[in-house]
Amino acid sequence: MVTFLGATINGLVLGMAYALIAVGYSLVFGILRLINFAHGSIYVFGAYMVYLFVSLQVGLFPSILLAILLAGLLALLVDKITLEPLRKKNSMLISDLITTVGVSFIIQNVLSVEKVFGSERKVFPSLNLFSNITIGHITIQSSQIIMFVVALLLLLVLTFIVNKTKIGLSMRATEQNSRAAKLMGINVNFVISFTFFLGGASAAIAGALICGYYQVISPTMGSLIGLKAFAAAVVGGIGILHGSVVGGLVVGVCECLAAQYLGSNVRDPMAFVILIIILIIKPNGLFGKKGITKV
Amino acid sequence: MLKVTDLNVFYGPIHALKGISLEVNDGEIVTLIGSNGAGKSTTLNTITGLVKAASGSIQLDGTEIANMAPHKIVQLGISLSPEGREVFPALTVEENLRLGAFTRSSKGEIEANYQRAYDLFPRLKERIKQTAGTLSGGEQQMLAIGRALMSSPKILLLDEPSMGLAPNLVLMIFDLIRSINQQGTTILLIEQNANMALSIANRAYVLETGNISLSGDAHELARDDRVRRAYLGG
Ligand SMILES: Nc1ncnc2c1ncn2[C@@H]1O[C@H](COP(=O)(O)OP(=O)(O)O)[C@@H](O)[C@H]1O
Ligand SMILES: [Mg+2]
Repeated sequence: MVTFLGATINGLVLGMAYALIAVGYSLVFGILRLINFAHGSIYVFGAYMVYLFVSLQVGLFPSILLAILLAGLLALLVDKITLEPLRKKNSMLISDLITTVGVSFIIQNVLSVEKVFGSERKVFPSLNLFSNITIGHITIQSSQIIMFVVALLLLLVLTFIVNKTKIGLSMRATEQNSRAAKLMGINVNFVISFTFFLGGASAAIAGALICGYYQVISPTMGSLIGLKAFAAAVVGGIGILHGSVVGGLVVGVCECLAAQYLGSNVRDPMAFVILIIILIIKPNGLFGKKGITKV
Repeated sequence: MLKVTDLNVFYGPIHALKGISLEVNDGEIVTLIGSNGAGKSTTLNTITGLVKAASGSIQLDGTEIANMAPHKIVQLGISLSPEGREVFPALTVEENLRLGAFTRSSKGEIEANYQRAYDLFPRLKERIKQTAGTLSGGEQQMLAIGRALMSSPKILLLDEPSMGLAPNLVLMIFDLIRSINQQGTTILLIEQNANMALSIANRAYVLETGNISLSGDAHELARDDRVRRAYLGG
């Protein structure tokens, strides 16, 4: 029972951080009907920026803030430089897709260049900022509490932005009909940039939280976690914000339970086992609506 | 108010508008009639910046607006109720109207515009919290027009507002268009329903495969033999 509870708590905590990455896929998909495969590399970039500024003695919190800003900007620039020109020419969606895959590789490879950060793992500053909490036989690290609370708060903030603010309303309008959104006076290019920025910033925060928990960082760590978060977004119903949150939690809990009871080799494939099972039962994901197509 | 001169538009190899010119003066209702595929929607979509002009000029009160970004054109005072309504189906009536006022920042002005929309279309007021996708076709048309008015436009462009509506609703919509005009908004109305359009317009243009073939006083055109034969079923 104790191991079950412990694994579940670990899973919920990790799942909340997955959710923070997953919403980035969801937000961009909502507006462009595009899977942004560069998202995992933005997550890595964000984590490396924290690492960089901390090693430059900037201090942990200012470092995280700078990383959020820079990762948001990088995500925005990736869209402006590589995707916007394709949209202007009404290219096939497949061109956009392979472009994001390419960008992902480029970013991860630039980070692993010897003169940049190098390809070997590095020690990441710990987010265990206060003492662990022990309830009965279960110990929760402070970095886990921080990860859970911060991710939850940020997801609430994102939901508030999308549902209650003017820019959020223009995001939802653009998502449903970008032509009509333009007729309302909405600068659709700005909305797209803002969406990429939000996604990139969230990924950087997730990077700081997850790496602050594991205390390691490597340039290639984004591929797997990016795919897991993508799976989480699809499990919940891509394009639907609360779906990403539930999807992240489901993936997190399942993989921690699998690691506990079936061995740690089973951990990483778990996200995709869940994905396949859920899609067979609900092809649009847990909260997905039928027939999402680009207007 | 609005002056289009020698406008050319292409879709790839298709020459959709072949140098058309038209003018809408302050306070007028002007209608552009023509059969399916003549280029009516293309004309409005080019004025609103959704479609690029290859050449020619579009002026609003003397300011050149051809090929400006659509969101800037709305800001300058041109608003379109598009063909097929294009309301945001998953958003509520209120949110759709709020989006219409996206370019407006004065709270008082937005409030007054909500009031005007609800006065014109009381049925929208009863359905404020309903999502637009659940409205009937007629109600969606009212919402599309109400939404277009929310930006306090100088000139309102209407693309086939009667399309797909039952005859009694068509009458009602045309009555409302006349009231909107009487309240001071200039109107450029596009219609396949030439009969109705000519009956409420001051002036009219006839568009045939990308060319303006006839123009003049709406009531005179309604009596013109060529117009009667081609568009009025007699
Ligand atoms: N997006 C488009 N791509 C290619 N051709 C188009 C497009 N929109 C309209 N056309 C063509 O341009 C011509 C004018 O169309 P349109 O302006 O929609 O006519 P109307 O509104 O008078 O029915 C038609 O021949 C139509 O097929
Ligand atoms: Mg048309």
